[in-house]
Amino acid sequence: MTAQVRVQTQDFDVGAELALLRQNNPAVGAVASFIGCVRDMNEGDSVGLMYLEHYPGMTEAELHRISAEAATRWNIFDTLVIHRIGELRPLDQIVFVAVTSAHRGESFRACEFIMDYLKTQAPFWKREATPAGERWVEARASDDAAAARWKSATP
Amino acid sequence: MSNATLPKQSIELVFLARLRERFGVARETYALPVEHASVAGLLASLRSRGKVFADELAEGRAYRVAVNHTVVGLDHPVHAGDEVAIFPPVTGG
Repeated sequence: MTAQVRVQTQDFDVGAELALLRQNNPAVGAVASFIGCVRDMNEGDSVGLMYLEHYPGMTEAELHRISAEAATRWNIFDTLVIHRIGELRPLDQIVFVAVTSAHRGESFRACEFIMDYLKTQAPFWKREATPAGERWVEARASDDAAAARWKSATP
Repeated sequence: MSNATLPKQSIELVFLARLRERFGVARETYALPVEHASVAGLLASLRSRGKVFADELAEGRAYRVAVNHTVVGLDHPVHAGDEVAIFPPVTGG
């Protein structure tokens, strides 16, 4: 099991990352992945530009903790988390999570688990520019609820 | 207490995102009185600065505290040399 974590300003190539992740491992029977993108609307306002800030050091530590927790819950091979920072615009990719396993159930669940915990625990913050000015994005209760689902049991 | 020689310990404070903007500082070295050597004690000490610190760090406001890169509760101890970050609820992904 290897867990890769990358925090970067530059974009990423999903196809190339997926090919690398399962390269030379014929035991992989399933690859699940998630891509988060910048939307042009939030809370009813159009968003033209977004700025992503993070807490260097803790961000990487937290993403490794989340990936390691996924590996203790499900029988998975490798994980990859890429999160972009800095200026982003609608249509841009923000985040990428990919998980490999022998069978699809493990990688599907581990991928969603990593994403749910990333949303509520990894120290990233979004500031967005709307026609009314700039504002910090508020945390959502629905994200806390999504992460809390995993506490009751391993589905 | 009027005794200026009360022992203090030096910690690194980090403020992020909206709180960094509100406080006008990203990072500072802070002399924390040893009788305040917990997260709750540190918050009380910072609130005594008044103004935005008293307002933003008031009980019931939504913020998180991480000691050495791990989010902790109010009872967690704070030691000399610790890096203590205070930040709003996260919004990445």
